[in-house]
Amino acid sequence: MAEKILLRLTVNGEPRAVEVFPMARLVDVLREDLKLTGTKEGCGEGECGACTIRMDGRIVNSCLIPAIQAQGSVLLTVEGLATGEEPHALQSAFHHHNGAQCGFCTPGMLIAAEDLLRRCPNPDEAQIREGLSGNLCRCTGYVKIVDAVKAVAEGRPA
Amino acid sequence: MVVFNAGRSPFDRFLDLSRLSELQGIEEDATHVSFGALTTFRDMEDCPAVHRHLPNLVKSARATGALAIQNRGTLGGNIANASPAADTPPSLLAYGAELELVSSRGRRRVAYEGFHRGYKQMDLAPDELVARILVPKPQGLGFHFFRKVGTRQAQAISKVCLAAYARIEAGVVAEFRVGLGSVAPVPARARHAEAIIQGAALRALPVEAACTELLKDISPIDDIRSTAQYRARVAQNVLRQMLGELAAV
Ligand SMILES: Cc1cc2nc3c(=O)[nH]c(=O)nc-3n(C[C@H](O)[C@H](O)[C@H](O)COP(=O)(O)OP(=O)(O)OC[C@H]3O[C@@H](n4cnc5c(N)ncnc54)[C@H](O)[C@@H]3O)c2cc1C
Ligand code: FES
Ligand code: FES
Repeated sequence: MAEKILLRLTVNGEPRAVEVFPMARLVDVLREDLKLTGTKEGCGEGECGACTIRMDGRIVNSCLIPAIQAQGSVLLTVEGLATGEEPHALQSAFHHHNGAQCGFCTPGMLIAAEDLLRRCPNPDEAQIREGLSGNLCRCTGYVKIVDAVKAVAEGRPA
Repeated sequence: MVVFNAGRSPFDRFLDLSRLSELQGIEEDATHVSFGALTTFRDMEDCPAVHRHLPNLVKSARATGALAIQNRGTLGGNIANASPAADTPPSLLAYGAELELVSSRGRRRVAYEGFHRGYKQMDLAPDELVARILVPKPQGLGFHFFRKVGTRQAQAISKVCLAAYARIEAGVVAEFRVGLGSVAPVPARARHAEAIIQGAALRALPVEAACTELLKDISPIDDIRSTAQYRARVAQNVLRQMLGELAAV
């Protein structure tokens, strides 16, 4: 077994350091070592998007990233979306439009939606669906999620 | 990583290539666009030179998984993973790509066609890495076609994938290559179908003859995603669609 490495990360704006095995999955580092359990694991193989986070400006499946490849990276997880007690506009919109039912897909959906709106501030419905196509939801049927993202893009109050 | 997560990797020692600058970057010169093996699908989608010269590769990249996969998965990994269902190989075959392989013994350059020797068998020694992928820039009047047929638009493994490139000169198909995915044990050229079209006039393309010949180029199987019969029929249909578009150039 390999020796542990000191992994240094910036997570939601804060510098963090943890000792982990180099092949530990980033989703486990976040959940088990950093106790940030907002990020979920659905499939563990890149299909479902429940583990989506932003790493160095791009969304990734944290279940597919060995810790060693995250050395020195800057991460955004769902815990970093709100500002203090103030939820992110997407969080309010998901709440208002019932974009979350069981909620298991929601952290990944929110990160993917935030990424979409940064890349494409005025998406049409096809662009929203494409932006979220790596995130599976077994509850909502997606319509309410798309509605929530649309509302934020159009600047409508949640 | 998927195999590793599932506990099915036979290996317990790993080499992290991700920070090797020699394997990074897309470069363009007068004759080629060359890709470091670590070029991600997203890098290809974002690169103007790839859009301009090699649009099939942009389509291949966009058809791969979903965005989070495109942000991480590499062209070198897509090749060396050696899946017959991978979506960049048909485009690389259609463009006549070459690979640069490196080891401590030196460098060698090989045609990508022929690199896959059999199911998951490659012309790659255990100590060799794919360093760069070199793609000649199409010259003159070109026709580019890419289509992936899967169950849904994102996150679907191809049932059939077809990429084609033709150079047209005075109304005649002067150069023509077709790359196929998911219809043989390896990504494959459609040599028989190509031979029928090569040299033909656009106004009189022998479309049905090419579709018949295509059956000699493929050896599809039944598996969890589809049946051999479906794959053969759809491969012919996609070839017919492509030739219809070529005839209309
Ligand atoms: C959810 C999901 C959906 C996917 N959908 C698609 C799809 O639609 N179409 C498609 O084509 N693929 C798809 N893939 C496959 C995957 O994205 C690609 O094969 C990817 O390009 C692999 O790149 P990587 O850098 O992650 O390689 P890795 O997974 O790290 O490596 C793959 C293999 O190649 C070897 N390797 C990697 N780089 C080199 C190199 N430079 N030299 C020598 N050997 C090397 C590794 O040792 C390993 O054996 C999907 C994968 C997932 C998880
Ligand atoms: S848990 Fe990572 S994509 Fe499903
Ligand atoms: S709300 Fe349950 S999976 Fe999306």
